[in-house]
Amino acid sequence: MMDINLILILMIFGSIIAIETKDILSCVVVVGVVGLFQSLAFLVLKAPDLAIVQLVVEILSLVILLRVILRKEAPEPQHHPDYFPMVVGISLAALVLLFVYPIIHELPEFGYPIMRVAKEYIETGMKATGATNLVSAVILDFRAYDTLGEAVVLFTAVCGALIVLRKTGRKKSGESETEA
Amino acid sequence: MTYFLCMIIFAVGLYAVVAKRNMIKIIIGIMVMEYALNMLFVLFGYRQGGRSPILERFQEIKNIVDPLPQALILTAIVIGLATTALMVALAVRIYEKYGTFDITKIRKLRG
Repeated sequence: MMDINLILILMIFGSIIAIETKDILSCVVVVGVVGLFQSLAFLVLKAPDLAIVQLVVEILSLVILLRVILRKEAPEPQHHPDYFPMVVGISLAALVLLFVYPIIHELPEFGYPIMRVAKEYIETGMKATGATNLVSAVILDFRAYDTLGEAVVLFTAVCGALIVLRKTGRKKSGESETEA
Repeated sequence: MTYFLCMIIFAVGLYAVVAKRNMIKIIIGIMVMEYALNMLFVLFGYRQGGRSPILERFQEIKNIVDPLPQALILTAIVIGLATTALMVALAVRIYEKYGTFDITKIRKLRG
């Protein structure tokens, strides 16, 4: 109970540092640290599969972001700070917290979940699927269509990234002159 | 208390998305929001003094944390990686066309 709060507080500080640092490279590294803290929190919350996946995904996204940062050494834009978006952002975040605060009291207390659906999965999971890991039983058997849909989303996102990044493509006639 | 700390992380990400001008910082803000929501779902499923949802032989089924949010989040994390890659790809293309990551400098939105 205490350790998960500690990890969450560290994640809050990490994300604030990641957002407020001037150097973009430091931002990317610190957001990687936040992801690693989340992996640790998953371990504390008794979700080892999630901890492994989070670790791998964190490293991959760090590599993707670093590749962008290192290839484009964009000069940090010199601008005087603009206070209007900052005020709007802070007030919006405060509004979200204001709305969330009463809702949290309606939820079941932390550590005592309502397991109406999961009770059946836990009781019949071993007999029905033969999987000792209940998480994989839920993913690949009870909710397999859900996983199929998410795989479609994943495929679409990867296709989109590849299409956006591809170099060779048909050029319309006259496009090369207008392109600056 | 624990849920509220998690929502503070979400609010920090939201602030970054609204207030920052660098595209990479906006992508980082969306990643932070993603972390907060994934964490919130797993927190919903935690049981006090529970153990991980992996069965062992000759062990009675008792006091297991909720496997359902974990199963949903497992795919959501991977999809988060794919959407991050898509956003980074768009940012790279915008950089190649305009030479900046600053969203206020990107004028001249031509086809």
